[in-house]
Amino acid sequence: MSLNSENSLQWQTICQLDDLVSNAGVCALLEQGSSSLNDSEQVAIFHLPNTKQQVYAIGNYDPIGQANVLYRGIVGNIGEDIVVASPLYKQHFSLQTGQCLQENVSVKNYPARIVDQQVQLLV
Amino acid sequence: MDSQVDNQVVEKTKVVVVGNGMVGHHFVEQLVELSKKEQVIEITVLSAESRLAYDRVHLSEYFAGKSAADLAMTDEETYQNWQVNFAVNAKVSHIDKNEKFVETEQGQRYDYDKLVLATGSYPFVPPIPGKDQEHCLVYRTIDDLEAINASAKVSKVGVVIGGGLLGLEAANALKQLGLKTHVVEFAPQLMGVQVDAGGGRLLKDKINELGVEVHTSKATSEITAGEQCRYKLCFSDGSELETDLILFSAGIRPFDHLARSFDLAIGERGGIVIDNQCQTSNENIYAIGECALWNNFIFGLVAPGYAMAKVAAEHILGQSAEFTGADMSTKLKLMGVEVGSIGDAHAKTAGSLCYIYENQPNGVYKKIVVNGDKTQLLGAVIIGDTSEYDTLLQYMLNGIELPESPEALILPMAADKPALGVDALPDSATICSCHNVTKGDIVSAIDGGACTVGDVKSCTKASSGCGGCTALVKNVTDSILEQRGVEVKKDICEHFAYSRRELFDIVKVEKITTFEQLLSSHGQGLGCEVCKPLTASILASVWNDYILEKSHVGLQDTNDTFLANMQKDGTYSVVPRIAAGEITPDKLIVLGEVAKKYSLYTKITGGQRVDLFGARVEQLPLIWHELVAAGFETGHAYGKSLRTVKSCVGSSWCRYGVQDSIGMAILLENRYKGLRAPHKIKFAVSGCTRECAEAQSKDIGIIATDKGWNLYVCGNGGMKPRHGDLFATDLDDETLVKYIDRVLMFYVNTGDRLQRTSVWMDNLEGGLSYLQSVVIEDSLQISTELEKQMQSIVGTYQCEWKTTLADPEALKRFKPFVNSDQTDSNIVFFEERQQIRPAYPHERIPVQVSDNEAETSLEKSSAQSAKIVEPA
Repeated sequence: MSLNSENSLQWQTICQLDDLVSNAGVCALLEQGSSSLNDSEQVAIFHLPNTKQQVYAIGNYDPIGQANVLYRGIVGNIGEDIVVASPLYKQHFSLQTGQCLQENVSVKNYPARIVDQQVQLLV
Repeated sequence: MDSQVDNQVVEKTKVVVVGNGMVGHHFVEQLVELSKKEQVIEITVLSAESRLAYDRVHLSEYFAGKSAADLAMTDEETYQNWQVNFAVNAKVSHIDKNEKFVETEQGQRYDYDKLVLATGSYPFVPPIPGKDQEHCLVYRTIDDLEAINASAKVSKVGVVIGGGLLGLEAANALKQLGLKTHVVEFAPQLMGVQVDAGGGRLLKDKINELGVEVHTSKATSEITAGEQCRYKLCFSDGSELETDLILFSAGIRPFDHLARSFDLAIGERGGIVIDNQCQTSNENIYAIGECALWNNFIFGLVAPGYAMAKVAAEHILGQSAEFTGADMSTKLKLMGVEVGSIGDAHAKTAGSLCYIYENQPNGVYKKIVVNGDKTQLLGAVIIGDTSEYDTLLQYMLNGIELPESPEALILPMAADKPALGVDALPDSATICSCHNVTKGDIVSAIDGGACTVGDVKSCTKASSGCGGCTALVKNVTDSILEQRGVEVKKDICEHFAYSRRELFDIVKVEKITTFEQLLSSHGQGLGCEVCKPLTASILASVWNDYILEKSHVGLQDTNDTFLANMQKDGTYSVVPRIAAGEITPDKLIVLGEVAKKYSLYTKITGGQRVDLFGARVEQLPLIWHELVAAGFETGHAYGKSLRTVKSCVGSSWCRYGVQDSIGMAILLENRYKGLRAPHKIKFAVSGCTRECAEAQSKDIGIIATDKGWNLYVCGNGGMKPRHGDLFATDLDDETLVKYIDRVLMFYVNTGDRLQRTSVWMDNLEGGLSYLQSVVIEDSLQISTELEKQMQSIVGTYQCEWKTTLADPEALKRFKPFVNSDQTDSNIVFFEERQQIRPAYPHERIPVQVSDNEAETSLEKSSAQSAKIVEPA
């Protein structure tokens, strides 16, 4: 782990493809090294089998509603953007960039992929 | 043919416009547009300001974050495209009427054939000693705003001198800049031009409430050095007010200096005299906007200025046009206070009569002025709620005859408020006063091929000014299109070009059972949070499948996904069904025990049941396991579906009850539970005419009579309460249920997305009587089908929680993390009145209590200890 400086991100397996729900989101916990559980990050992972990238991951914390809820939103598209609508106040967040389409806020965006039925994030 | 043209040298008419304010720019726009075919006009625009035309009406938005570019109405590129010459910082200082040229201060000469003065106005600063100091400012241009902004940074208190329309806008700007703000008005009331004394009093109260101190009947006699602040205002009555910044907004004066210096006729109190063609005393010179004096009147609003600009442009092009005055009615929002003024607001017309409604607690004042025989509206003042403005304005402008009791136009909750349908408006009715667009103009735009509201807007410019007429333009356009047999698009979203009703029919006729099917056959894209839950609801209404069927999971709003109601912190509330509010002590004890075990906040709802708050996602199945075991069912509090049937005790206990209202309520709640609809549905059953169950405020209301039941339909509470309409009287049990079946199923079949029954019925052509003919007389011959549909839904009812608990796949969804058994550490509760509630941000105590500092902060707040509720 000591070699793992800030710049050297690695693909980490988070869960199995089976754990995802088609055209909806689930939430995963990213453990941050050896620190306590309170530092762990919540990631919302979405499976959209009808899109090219198929799997998307953004921060689960809704900065507008201030709660960990984004994975419970409805996914879809607004024009070119593939988005999730916050279940609290319905703002759209881009699954590709984490940017909110209505307000000038954004959430973290994680590169994601499926390899051998495993869901991996670059973290 | 060609040679003939070559021989003829075409002389272009040179038009020079002095001033590039909103009106000057509008003139250029009109001239460019109107002269397109002839191409014989050469336009030159000279602006004294450093920028081209910008939107002065929305100037105050500059402080709300809009930039100069946002306010701009044009730019260099646009003018270049239009082949309009322009110069900024070009203040005209000389006019030669004989040689027909103007010269700027810099000595630039411009020849003209026609000269248009659109120099606007300047703020009047009363001659008070001490007025010419550094932080004494005015509010008119973007440069002024920049000066105000700079001064505000080194000031704490600001005073606006002048309580007119602009003064109050300026005060709002100061308040937004964080200054303690005062308004000083010489007259005894605010907005004396537009508003009468009663309205002025209410306005003052409201503005005081917003933290801006209003001082009326104050004449400022001197500005001297202050003690706590930079300056001190000394008033003629001996009182004083200290301030750091002074903003003069004591009216405007026409900028007529040029015309004065070069001998054009000027009014006694200023203003360049113009005739009906906007020509000044020199026929080659026109004046438009706030510098012009027409019929001894200066129009300080943008709409009349636009009208003058159009007249001048048409006249220059040789068309006949006439300015015949303008309506000065205004509607605006000042610091969030709605103010409207129409026509003769002060009832100056001889023999006029007034109707006044004032509601002090709610801060609403409404007055209408009518003629002596109460047939015509002359004027109106409305403060606090301008929702009737458009209707009143149409009555006044078009001379529409008033209803028998004109007061009904402004009284709240007037039983049958006369709605002025757009069909009643004559073609001459002005719809958009900023751009003077009439109903007739919209008709011709549609004749010319416009087929959407957007088309109409872009070709008539309607509602591109202040935007106040947007709703009216849409209604007029829709109504005309409908008359033409054009179907008005009610697309639900970008993925489906259909209305809810059309999608409902498609699903039913084509036997579609999944969203994927519907999207691939009739939609595009991936869907969204509008069309997905809508489809889920239609599928539930038509097929009544389990809503968490794998193919439906991603379609549901979070409340439907987790069969509970999400609260602000991401936790959920749980509402078991308690049909008609009747519950045994044993079941009540179970609710208490479950709430206690899971530390849930407990509250009785308005629908006679119990709501348990603060459940985490992973607790929901555990809680419901216990509830289902005790015989509870889901209450569908999360769904667009039947909520509750409220009841009073009726004839079983009550001395006055005439029917068994509880029995009927239980029967109805059990019959319709689980029915998915365009919106939530509420019922109530009252056991006698005393109406303790408040049935007339429900979608379906039933009131017992000694002969049976009276049925009321389509009432609701909420934001816009509405009483239900009496639908049928003295029904027996069987007929009552039959009628309700038909009404509800007809609503489910034809309602729009999120349309409550009241709006649905109002939008049915023929309203209540049509609904009665469909349901009672079976005029469409669909009642058997409606009953059959309902019977199928009633027959396939399932408790969604019972089904969910038996489905391990569905239960997986309630695990908070796919890769961990931890719980969400962000959910923090706080104790209040012996129950939990979500912690406010400032109450959140760092969770790690390892260092001393955190421990101290915990001790400090030990009286009310925060706690994290562990999942049981």
